[in-house]
Amino acid sequence: MSTPKATDFGGRALDFVMGIVEAPINGFERLMGRKRMPYLFLAPNLILFGIFTFLPIAIAVGYAFTGGTGLFVSERPFVGLDNFRQLLQCEDYLRPGSCRESLFWTAIWNTLWFVGFNVAATLLVALVTALILNRAMAARGFFRAMFFYPVLLSPVVIGLIWKWFLDRNGLLNAFLQMLGVPPEIFLLDVGWSRFFVVVVSVWFHMGFYTLILLAGLQAIPKDLYEAAAIDAASPRRTLFRITLPLLGPNLLVVLILLMIRSVQIFDEAWVLTNGGGPGTANSFIVQYIYQMAFGSDLRLFGLASAASVLMGLVLLALTLIQLRLGRKMES
Amino acid sequence: MSQGLSPIAFLTRTRRPGRIGVTDILSWAWLILGTLAVLIPVVWAGLSSFKPAAEITRFPPTLLPRAAVQQTVPGFDAPLSLWTVDIDGQRREMAMVRRIGLKAQMVDPSNPGPPISVDVKNISPVQRLTIATENYTDPLTRFDFLTFLKNSVFVTFVATLLTLIVNALAAFALSKYRFRGEKAIFVLIISTLMIPLTVVMVPAYLVIVGVGLVDSLWGIIIPTVASPTGVFLLRQYMLTIPDELIEAARVDAASEFRIFWRIVLPLTAPALAVLAIFSVLWRWNDFLWPLIVLSSRENFTLQVGLNAFQGEFSVQWNYILAMTFLSLAPVTVVFLFLQKYITTGIAGTGMK
Repeated sequence: MSTPKATDFGGRALDFVMGIVEAPINGFERLMGRKRMPYLFLAPNLILFGIFTFLPIAIAVGYAFTGGTGLFVSERPFVGLDNFRQLLQCEDYLRPGSCRESLFWTAIWNTLWFVGFNVAATLLVALVTALILNRAMAARGFFRAMFFYPVLLSPVVIGLIWKWFLDRNGLLNAFLQMLGVPPEIFLLDVGWSRFFVVVVSVWFHMGFYTLILLAGLQAIPKDLYEAAAIDAASPRRTLFRITLPLLGPNLLVVLILLMIRSVQIFDEAWVLTNGGGPGTANSFIVQYIYQMAFGSDLRLFGLASAASVLMGLVLLALTLIQLRLGRKMES
Repeated sequence: MSQGLSPIAFLTRTRRPGRIGVTDILSWAWLILGTLAVLIPVVWAGLSSFKPAAEITRFPPTLLPRAAVQQTVPGFDAPLSLWTVDIDGQRREMAMVRRIGLKAQMVDPSNPGPPISVDVKNISPVQRLTIATENYTDPLTRFDFLTFLKNSVFVTFVATLLTLIVNALAAFALSKYRFRGEKAIFVLIISTLMIPLTVVMVPAYLVIVGVGLVDSLWGIIIPTVASPTGVFLLRQYMLTIPDELIEAARVDAASEFRIFWRIVLPLTAPALAVLAIFSVLWRWNDFLWPLIVLSSRENFTLQVGLNAFQGEFSVQWNYILAMTFLSLAPVTVVFLFLQKYITTGIAGTGMK
């Protein structure tokens, strides 16, 4: 007597379920013909995209022109350009305090500064790391994996780990004390907290960009380097005349991608800085949208949508540049 | 030649066998410093998560989790703490009875006689390696951590399963059939890659309320199921499956769905595996969308729960770090085993 194995049972159960699923689908095929089957296969995907992606885009634009605190469009009065006027009314754009919606402009300036520093720092670190890993290094796989590891972690986990590292009683302060530097509460200081939001962001994402740049570097034909070696070209010359020009398109794509992602900074900064602190020093544009719409019962959906639309336009412009560059690279 | 010392030389030099130059040293220094920078915050949080509540805020901190040692001494009701005492150049372990100002009264724990008064600057606490497992067991039993964990596992598992099925079906249609609107549909799906959640989160929330999925785990599962990345990845792979296989099955009168289920899907296994890994990581780490959709505590996922916890126990770092580590562990295990798949998958698609 043989007893049925667990896998047999699992396989039979799956066959049974698929038998039930299969019957109506095969019925559809007999009724409508084989030619219409792809539409059936696409249906679940397209229905979900329609409801959860395309419908929201359509609503987002309409929402931006309505006011009040109601959720459904029918409950919301049409206010024309009021939301945009409220966001953009400003005596001096360089001084958020002079703007009607000063929080919005604080967030914009914080985001711009963050994007600038974060893009430059990430690009530099990722490029140097990729160039080093591209040499015939021992243990290349190990280092590539090591730098990539943080990319997989959750932003909440990263925020908490760094918060602890930078704590008053944390490791960084202990190390500084050994050097005779008085302890500092980094995350309660405007300058330091901004600095460390960039550090954490570089730490989090550089592995991803290193990987893309490394793939680009490895696509550069080796014989170019051999030719340069025969000509006794200096390393500096090889870097600026061969490596960087040939990596150029890749670098541009990474640059745009990095900008698109940096503009949307939220998760890890939110956890690290306790919601944008100290004060509004690390309050970014996505946080502004989140707080207007969902934070502390403000429910200013119209204002939040108007801000989303403005941010969406910036991201769209960046994406179109990226697509154009991508097409240029292919041809 | 000064080339070897040029600040950028180390970036392009290739290694010459049998010689270690400045370039190699700089390269190795960069890589080792980078590795340390990645590891130190993580390992530090891990070590701290084993420290007892009383020890975790000690400054300067000890590297390993340690705790003061206590001992019951005959004649005293409560256990006394052990200290190393320096008397006239002689070191011995004694138990502290009480402390008055700058003087401490100590007794010999094995042979308690009348207490001796000692200057506090001559004593230091005896500490032993202690692992505070209660940091891990308390959140699992006393707080809602187990609920968060269950929710996260449920969301990750169900969403990944649905992601694989829905996107494989769409990829099958887009790779193995010629039909009207094929190209338009493909472009439409791929174009959704350009629409980040941050731009549509307000109206997407409205849709979730409209279909009655607000504050429900399904509200975070269903909107994420249709994935342009998934369709793209699977379609590119399915294009490499020869059409002759499908024609042969049609000759054998197999239904279209049977062809998908029995022939195409098994052959797509490697691409499905890559998508499954990505989907698990996305769903497990998801934060902003669950934060918007979920409002009651019993529905929180691990990430939202962790974020809520840190607001509540702002001082109890021992619990926060232990829970952080429990949510980091599965990702680390996945990475250790599937590191090759993940890195080649990302290099191949340019997506995260």
